[in-house]
Amino acid sequence: MSIQENMQGALQGALKSVDRPVVIAFGFIVVMLLAGSLYSSSFLSANYLLQQLQVAAFLGIIASGVMLVILLGHIDLSIPWLVTVGGMMSTAAAGWWGPEYAIPFGLFCGLVFGLINGLGVAILRVPSMIFTLGINAVAQGVMVLHTGGFAPQDHASETMRWLAVERSFLNIPNAVFIWAVIGIAVVILLKRTPLGRYIYAIGNQEGATFLSGVNTKAVLIACFAISGMCSAMAGVLLAGYSNKGYQAMGDPYLLPAIAAVVLGGTHILGGRGTYLGTVAGVILISLLQSILSVMQMPEAGRQIIYGCVIIGMLLVYGRGQRVQG
Amino acid sequence: MNDLKLRLGQNQGVILAIVVFFLMFTLYIANHPAGLTVPVVTTAANKAVLLALVAMAQTLPVLTGGLDLSVGMVFIMTNCLASSMVSGDPLQIAIGTAVVLLAGALAGLVNGVIVVYGRLQPIITTLATGAVYYGIALLLRPVPGGDVDEELADFMTYTVFEVVPTSLVVLLAAVLIIWLPFRNSVVGRGCYAVGSAEGAAYMTGVAIGRSKMAAYTLAGLLAGLAGLMLTFVTFSGEASAPIGGTYTLNSIAAVVIGGTSLYGGAGGAIGSIFGAFILRTIDDLLFVFDLPPLWQPLFQGVVLLVAVSLGAARVFQIRNRLELFK
Repeated sequence: MSIQENMQGALQGALKSVDRPVVIAFGFIVVMLLAGSLYSSSFLSANYLLQQLQVAAFLGIIASGVMLVILLGHIDLSIPWLVTVGGMMSTAAAGWWGPEYAIPFGLFCGLVFGLINGLGVAILRVPSMIFTLGINAVAQGVMVLHTGGFAPQDHASETMRWLAVERSFLNIPNAVFIWAVIGIAVVILLKRTPLGRYIYAIGNQEGATFLSGVNTKAVLIACFAISGMCSAMAGVLLAGYSNKGYQAMGDPYLLPAIAAVVLGGTHILGGRGTYLGTVAGVILISLLQSILSVMQMPEAGRQIIYGCVIIGMLLVYGRGQRVQG
Repeated sequence: MNDLKLRLGQNQGVILAIVVFFLMFTLYIANHPAGLTVPVVTTAANKAVLLALVAMAQTLPVLTGGLDLSVGMVFIMTNCLASSMVSGDPLQIAIGTAVVLLAGALAGLVNGVIVVYGRLQPIITTLATGAVYYGIALLLRPVPGGDVDEELADFMTYTVFEVVPTSLVVLLAAVLIIWLPFRNSVVGRGCYAVGSAEGAAYMTGVAIGRSKMAAYTLAGLLAGLAGLMLTFVTFSGEASAPIGGTYTLNSIAAVVIGGTSLYGGAGGAIGSIFGAFILRTIDDLLFVFDLPPLWQPLFQGVVLLVAVSLGAARVFQIRNRLELFK
């Protein structure tokens, strides 16, 4: 009896610690919308909200992959140019072999770079922060060479535009459905598959997970590969959205993606976090950016508020433990 | 003798970085049309010292087991501040210089206070404060411009006694006045202790908070010094996010190439300086070997990737695989 009670207590404790950031993040979203609606009533219109979701979808897809990597206790700094690789290689493939090859080839290129990230981190044991940084530089080099050397097609295929811009069902943007599909896949992966358990386990104690017989290298490689593909997918959609794949198109997405994951309650050192939190973080960041731009806040003020909000929110619920022996 | 062996063993990374740099620089000079002349060295030094100072700044938080992703933005912010403050009569210039350096240190102190008292992770803290510092830089200088006292700037970017580049003297001064005393102080040694084992450091009575705050504050100060030097090189201020981001990322690469562990507790700023010199010399080599411009970014990326992967050699020497997970 008492054991059961203990377990219940522990379970409740765990639920509480996981859910608090999510609740606060969603609460902050509501507060922002209400505050925005005082400024202009259009903030609560369905059209504005759907528009926000569409923009958030790009960030959400990237954040899905980044979250897996952060849960492992690693980080992926190659996001900017892997997004660009996805966008530019898909448009190029459309030009070389025909539009039906665009999306698969873009994703394939993201997968290849993601795999290299995983191999470097898992096999060579180079700290992920620095290895993914190097891959980012290599991807940039490849893209510069690719654009300058081969003059590839840079406009998006019909399907890419349709996926990124159109609203074919209930006036909901197609990009949101793609985010939803990826999100559900990530939730199933984390909650219902052994791989998901291993991800959390590695984030907590990699050595112990290895000793329990888990192929930790394969888990690391898989997560970096998924992250690479997610970035490339976002690149494909972004290329469809702006009708063009161009250099440095992924640059504005690195910091928001990491910030969204962390604001959603995922611990930056790994092992803890929920996908619902990441969704909250993504919406929060997108909404914050949108409201600041609607209020015609100059870029300087936007950056300052943006930074202060991240620090402020984390001070409320993201604080670490006091150091003890 | 044994002591020497031990010291050499501990400083392997630094020694390797120094050797590699001298080999690369010799190769550069040998292929440079003008050869080893004062202007060639001065130009190389002026470029390299900026990154070297930022890399020194990055080293301090890394030693404590943290990271400072805002060094590049502090660099940009102090550049913008210097472009409007360091001009006029000598007194104004002196005050302006002091204000610029203090602003850098203050930015670092804010990072330190949030990390220590706010107990937030350094990565995400400095990511966010970096955005704030960039915002402040934009406020100070919405469009590129401003100016700086020309006599002083000329002096700082040319040579002392027409032989030694002034920027190298500044770098040496930063090492002698800031880095060495800090490393040998109680607070500085505390940084190494915190980076090695925070819990053990706490139990032995190391002032953890003070060490960390000192590390971040000095990082801000050094980034501020780099921002000041940038102003002397460019004669203007520019709030450019790409420049800030590039310097932040290159500073991490320089720290790693210089033999400092990203997990903290081992390494030092001297290694980072040579790490930064190596990165800069790569660019110079591409120039003298006349590599097609289209290939340059790819080549730089591959060299960077190989350089940071060199540490992987240890993976293949390890007998007990559990050591990999430390």
